[in-house]
Amino acid sequence: MKRIWAAIIVGAVVLAIPATGLSQPRVTITYWQYFFESKVKLVDQLIAQFEAQHPGVKVAHEHFPYDAYNQKVASAVPAGQGPDVINLFYGWVPLYVDSGYLQPLPPDAFPPVQIERDYVPMIKASRLDGKYWAIPTAVRSLAMFYNADLFRAAAVVRPPVTWEEFQAAAERLTARDDRGRITTMGFGVAPSGQDHHLLREVLFRQWGASPYSADNRRVTYATPAGAEALRWYTELITKSKVGAIDFFPGAGGYRNAFMAGRAGMIVDGSFAIGAIRRGTRASWGVAPLPGRTIGGAPSNFGSYWVHGLTARAQGPRREAAIQFLKFLVSEQTQRLWLDAVGELPAYKRLVEDPRLGADPVMGPFVSALPHARATFFVDEAAQRQVLVDAVNEVVLNNKPPRQALEEAAAKEQKVLDEFWAKRKRP
Amino acid sequence: MVTQVAAARPLRRGLRIGQQRALWAYLFLAVPLLFFAGIRILPAISSLYISVHEWNIISPVRPYVGLANFQTLSGDPRFAHAAINTVRYVLVGIPAQMVLGLGLALLLQRIVRFRGLFRALYFMPFITPIVAASWVWQWMYSQHLGPLNKILLGVGLPAQGFLRDPDQALYAVAAMVVWQYLGFQVVIFLAGLEAIPRVYYEAAQVDGATGWRLFWRITLPLLNPTIVFSVVYSTIVYLQLFTQVLNMTFQDQGGPLATTLTLVLYVYQLGFQRFRMGEAAAATAILFVVILTITLLQMKILSKPVEY
Repeated sequence: MKRIWAAIIVGAVVLAIPATGLSQPRVTITYWQYFFESKVKLVDQLIAQFEAQHPGVKVAHEHFPYDAYNQKVASAVPAGQGPDVINLFYGWVPLYVDSGYLQPLPPDAFPPVQIERDYVPMIKASRLDGKYWAIPTAVRSLAMFYNADLFRAAAVVRPPVTWEEFQAAAERLTARDDRGRITTMGFGVAPSGQDHHLLREVLFRQWGASPYSADNRRVTYATPAGAEALRWYTELITKSKVGAIDFFPGAGGYRNAFMAGRAGMIVDGSFAIGAIRRGTRASWGVAPLPGRTIGGAPSNFGSYWVHGLTARAQGPRREAAIQFLKFLVSEQTQRLWLDAVGELPAYKRLVEDPRLGADPVMGPFVSALPHARATFFVDEAAQRQVLVDAVNEVVLNNKPPRQALEEAAAKEQKVLDEFWAKRKRP
Repeated sequence: MVTQVAAARPLRRGLRIGQQRALWAYLFLAVPLLFFAGIRILPAISSLYISVHEWNIISPVRPYVGLANFQTLSGDPRFAHAAINTVRYVLVGIPAQMVLGLGLALLLQRIVRFRGLFRALYFMPFITPIVAASWVWQWMYSQHLGPLNKILLGVGLPAQGFLRDPDQALYAVAAMVVWQYLGFQVVIFLAGLEAIPRVYYEAAQVDGATGWRLFWRITLPLLNPTIVFSVVYSTIVYLQLFTQVLNMTFQDQGGPLATTLTLVLYVYQLGFQRFRMGEAAAATAILFVVILTITLLQMKILSKPVEY
């Protein structure tokens, strides 16, 4: 008798499981990002909101350390696991597209025309083969951070507007000991920090050299104008000696030097605001990047993290993932993102908000967005190395800037050629 | 059930106590062996497999490309830099470490008071976390803020570039590695020296031998097994240099201009920063063959048995 009763109870339980499931159909989708505390907290809140609006969908939020992110993705694929919506650095997108990891954004939910109308121009870097493969919530740009106390002490009355003024200010800000060693840098140089972006998208362009061809297939900065830009930059280190590479050793040394009051000015991204706000004792300010001439064409480097749909999201999960993606890039989320994470909204109309433009810290970054370009990186590590080496060839080996730049362009062209040659495969 | 137990019993009874113990010993030995196979040998085999395939870490397909990865490496100037630098680290670091280590061990052997203290002091760098030590050294080498240039300038010498000078950077890193392994080397040599019977020295002294003669004819030959072990062990250490280089040149890893780049650091950059797993695995395979060859050669050439 006992056995019969047990069988009936087990049977009832087993039958009840799908029944409860049927009463409320649930789809579970997975979202992956790397660990950045404020982003993780915000996404947890957003998911709660999203789930309240979409009772049938459950979102599992998983995050991993930045350094292990690609490895984690790599190991999840063969195991048949992984996310439906994934957060990626924009420069990795071509790699993920060519690996068949992403599916293009469905044009009915995300019409390309609408994307290009609504978003800041830099997001064009996520267009490949005429399709958009991923889309950001927030973007970043470069600006100049300056130490207001050092400015006052050196009688620099206002942040420089042209690079000529910048150099003059840097010279006044630089302090040396009686042996000629720098104790305070006028400009915290960092070729491997943000300065390789500064060279590529700002100095080359302002000196009159377009860094790449319009189709991103050719390196075009090795011109006399490009060489002049490189000469101007390297002479800050060799001639006027207002900065030294690795002045503060270690990761983000230029930023640490600034926070320690040992650098008058640095060029850094909006992502540095949080660290600088927490770590700087002196009073500091932010100004737009200088231009070649007063009123000359401004330029800036932009970058962003994107959300993409993985090939894994199919059927009802795909529908749910598209809904979630739309929610992640909505105007409301972008506003929350700005407040909670401090990253700039990706929508033009939010960026054009005069209150944001008037913010003394955010303003200079926001004003740079309309002319900020995101370099179409195919191998960021290799492409960064090429320009870092070009600077070192000039600074350490006294190579003429023109020659150093030609060698750099040849090396970078090889990296691009390899990428595009592989893409021709069906 | 019952029959099975009955059948098993005579078998177990058939084993003698000694055999049973041996069985248990093998059982316990099998666990670390399986672990070793799982985390060392299998990945090594899979790395060899990857070296003849193209793989960007993310792609589910890994097309077979034959020796193309090796071919790419042979035409890659950064790989050449890394290979040459690695050899230079070995050629610079090991002799320095051997000579300094033996010198210090001989001096320590002569003193009685504070010998333990000195030994502990020399050994300390070896147990200091490598990353922390690398960062401290990086600051000491700092051109503008570091104490080394302060000392040089203080005694009237010109300031040096150290890690920022392409001609000095490799030696600056090697010096840190020698410093780190010196204490270990001293302890090994001290043990080797203690193992040489006193009677040889006494007999030689009776025959009128002194100082250098004793060292060349007795100490050095009888220290041979210790030297062979040290050279083989440190060659492997220097061929696998990674952490020190990465952390001492953190902003431009292996720089400036690839002058401190090592093979293992380049493997890391290829695999995990540039997602070229095939090439990274190919470079690893080359390093494997090099280490194996050098080790076998060293064992053959250096290990002459000495008998008195």
